[in-house]
Amino acid sequence: MSGEPEVHEEFEARLKAYEGRPAAATGVGRDPVNEPMIRHWCEAMGDTSPAYTGPDAVAPPTMLQAWTMAGLTRRPERTAAYDELLTLLDESGHDAVVATDCEQEYLRPLRPGDEITFDSVIESVSGRKTTKLGAGYFITTRTDVRAGGEPAGTHRFRILKYAPAHRPSKPAERRPRPVVNRDNSGFWEGVARHALLIQRCTACTTLRFPWLPGCTSCGSPDWDTVEARGEGTVHSYVVMHHPPFPAFEPPYAVGLIELAEGVRIVSNVVGVPYDKVRIGMPVRLEFRRYDDELVLPVFQGVTP
Amino acid sequence: MKPGDRLPPLEIPITRTLIVAGAIASRDYQDVHHDPDLARQKGSPDIFMNILTTNGLVGRYITDHFGPRAELRRVAIRLGAPNHPGDTMVLTGTVEEVDGDTATVRVVGANGLGEHVTGTVTVRVPV
Repeated sequence: MSGEPEVHEEFEARLKAYEGRPAAATGVGRDPVNEPMIRHWCEAMGDTSPAYTGPDAVAPPTMLQAWTMAGLTRRPERTAAYDELLTLLDESGHDAVVATDCEQEYLRPLRPGDEITFDSVIESVSGRKTTKLGAGYFITTRTDVRAGGEPAGTHRFRILKYAPAHRPSKPAERRPRPVVNRDNSGFWEGVARHALLIQRCTACTTLRFPWLPGCTSCGSPDWDTVEARGEGTVHSYVVMHHPPFPAFEPPYAVGLIELAEGVRIVSNVVGVPYDKVRIGMPVRLEFRRYDDELVLPVFQGVTP
Repeated sequence: MKPGDRLPPLEIPITRTLIVAGAIASRDYQDVHHDPDLARQKGSPDIFMNILTTNGLVGRYITDHFGPRAELRRVAIRLGAPNHPGDTMVLTGTVEEVDGDTATVRVVGANGLGEHVTGTVTVRVPV
């Protein structure tokens, strides 16, 4: 929606036109007033009043609206006018809803077996209001509830249809992709089959990590690999609080893990709160899938 | 029963189970009352209690106090700070008016964020 006042006024006038029109016409309660629904309600509310059990049981009066609810089914009693009003609001971005007020008057107790019917009218539609949740419009309806055709209660209900002010950005960002090249492709092939491969110089048997074209000890270009057993300890770590990067939710711990084989790798420490990571903490290798194409080796903290 | 009487407070732990059980018992399948991801997409940090459950709890608070013969005549509530899982709501009530056997009670339900519910209940207590 535009922020220009005249645009709001025109839109508000369209909404106001629905005042006084029916919202529900001759609704019929899905079930007559019945003991199981009363019992479920009392269980949920922790209501142990003896008035709601036994041969002379009445329904808790505050269940009034519950008897008119459609549940997961469509509401045949809902009028085209009310559907139009809600659609207008949905399509203008006010697609979230929250109930704000409920005023009920009880004219007679409801008892198991009572057949419920109801009619509802759109009493008022407010002007545009700015709320903590977002800008929107309050809609007030009044419902007259009957039991066996006799007035049993009235139910005034106010909802806020709003455009959420704090909608999270979507879709979720994906982690950065690793740079895979001739020198390290063997490492990523290993990760793909859940093996953490360490390079070993075939001339002097020195292990090296991360992957490099030549031995850091003797300079030989010849190497093979050793698969890490998966055990290690936190050699050092930092906790990232700021700045936040897309796909990473701070705070989180980044560990420098010393593998049992003696080489070190930078990775996430997972499975323990960021503030419980300690130098010397034993960790175990696992592979985590972050999206449909990215699997990474991470280290699970092992609590003693 | 006289104006100014205070009802003993009722403390209600707001568990995820209470929120979901209340929503289902009131046949309210709005996703914000059971699905945390969809609640977040609508700008809420988590699921929150539906108004029908709050209404039921306010009714229970009054009838728990005045006894099983008490008849609720009117319950009018307004919601403020939402009831999210892990919070506690404390209901308090003050008798505002007494007319014969009928009392009007002002009810407030406060949680960690502020006032979740404010309202008035009219209740008849046959002598």
